[in-house]
Amino acid sequence: MIVRVVTFLLSLMIANNAIAERLVAQLSKEEVAITANFDGSEIFIYGAIKHDESDKIISPLEVVITVSGPTEKLYVRKKSKHALIWLNTETIEIDSAPSFYAVASTGNLKEIINNTENLKHKISIREVIRSIGNPATIKNPTDFTEGLIRIRNQNNLYQDLDNSISLTDETLFATTINLPSNLVEGEYTIRFLLARDGKVIDQLSTTIPVNKVGLERWIFDLSRQQPLIYGLLSLFIAIFAGWLASAVFRYIRI
Amino acid sequence: MQIYLPIAEVSINAFLLLGLGGLVGILSGMFGVGGGFLMTPLLFFIGIPPAVAVATEANQIVASSFSGFLAHFRRKNVDIKMGFVLLVGGLIGAAIGVQVFALLREIGQVDLLVKLCYVLFLGIIGILMFFESLRAIRRSKNPTHKRIIKKRHNWIHNLPFKAKFRTSGLYISVIPPTCIGFIVGILSAIMGVGGGFIMVPAMIYLLGMPTKVVVGTSLFQIIFVTAFATVMHATTNYTVDMALAVLLLIGGVLGAQIGTRIGLRLKAEQLRILLSLIVMLVCLKIAGDLVLEPKELFSLDMGITH
Repeated sequence: MIVRVVTFLLSLMIANNAIAERLVAQLSKEEVAITANFDGSEIFIYGAIKHDESDKIISPLEVVITVSGPTEKLYVRKKSKHALIWLNTETIEIDSAPSFYAVASTGNLKEIINNTENLKHKISIREVIRSIGNPATIKNPTDFTEGLIRIRNQNNLYQDLDNSISLTDETLFATTINLPSNLVEGEYTIRFLLARDGKVIDQLSTTIPVNKVGLERWIFDLSRQQPLIYGLLSLFIAIFAGWLASAVFRYIRI
Repeated sequence: MQIYLPIAEVSINAFLLLGLGGLVGILSGMFGVGGGFLMTPLLFFIGIPPAVAVATEANQIVASSFSGFLAHFRRKNVDIKMGFVLLVGGLIGAAIGVQVFALLREIGQVDLLVKLCYVLFLGIIGILMFFESLRAIRRSKNPTHKRIIKKRHNWIHNLPFKAKFRTSGLYISVIPPTCIGFIVGILSAIMGVGGGFIMVPAMIYLLGMPTKVVVGTSLFQIIFVTAFATVMHATTNYTVDMALAVLLLIGGVLGAQIGTRIGLRLKAEQLRILLSLIVMLVCLKIAGDLVLEPKELFSLDMGITH
């Protein structure tokens, strides 16, 4: 048994050595805490590329970093005009779309990663959004996906960050990802991809939890675990505030 | 100062929320409306998810209505008996309204329904109230044209189950107020409003209640209907945001107290013409949204938030 594990590990090391360059990466923080005065957050991401000494520089190395929030199912609706008013007439279901997605790269993403590799590794936002089995009555389902991307781009939830990673001496890289304030809780996945000649030659990924803390945590948990108590507490606060204001104003007699 | 709302999951400036609460609270105290018909669209506008806006607004209206109600109650301007009759209809209506809301939400037309309701009800009420108050003002400026006050004996007075409403000085059937309460209950569940803007004119014009008691009585009914709606939303949709509600209601309860005092200093006709103008303005804005081509044809729907 032990022998088998050792040979397996050895084979892994050999396999790893076969790759000329390897990535190591680090994040500036271990978690993103959503506090009461949370107004977005920054993650500073940095790392290095380990070079093989025998390695000769043929064509330049490029780094791509993606940050993805938890995925969710959603509907995209389209409005059209019917007798004077605009109303939702068409709907498609998006099976899975990340609540947040940022792609940062050392150059222009389209030039760094070729089409096949983009499809294979699901790097650009269009590859990440999954929508299957839509009704045949919808002529252009891609319009809906584009609509989703456009809306989320405007809210900074989807970010295309070409040329945002600095790469020094083909070794050290760093970038900053700005997380907006309208963030959803969950595990955020950060992927690092190393590319050369349009192909991905190494990748690694890590996660960072985004969690509500303190009062935010307490309110959220109570609303989910004890909804009735939560509802009654909300009412109590409302009635109390209403009475208090009335009492105070009566006392000061404005 | 930005604050992160735990249920809405967005970050909003706290002073903006306090200010909105205060503004709407003043209107609430002045007119006896919950202010939801203004606040709910405003919350959509600043980026609160609609489901959270509707539910949280119900919670906030409880606070401002209660504050306003107490002020009226001390002046004995509340017809408690009439309030209870309205309330019976209101609770039944709210329960049905929640079901209608859920059904339309499934087929993606809740937005349209809400907006159409706003345009229809705000439009009719705004116009009616505006011209009525205009006539009233003209009459008061021209004392020779004194209106002969006659008790109108229409079909409403021929209905059975008559009851005496001493505070309002009425002896009418309980059927019309129950129906008014019922319709207002349905609308409050669908539109995220207390329904005062419908109830106040209905009480004045349909039931013939004196303006003085209308405001307090309307607030009395609104407290219970919105309290019911808050608990329903909290337990079925988990969409009541306590932090948002607290910020809105701090502004709201203060505003309601100020509003009540302003309201007492203004004449009833002036009060009504002012309310009708606000109602028509909101109506036009929403109608514009429906008729004009939207900048973004697509919209996202996360489904029911769990």
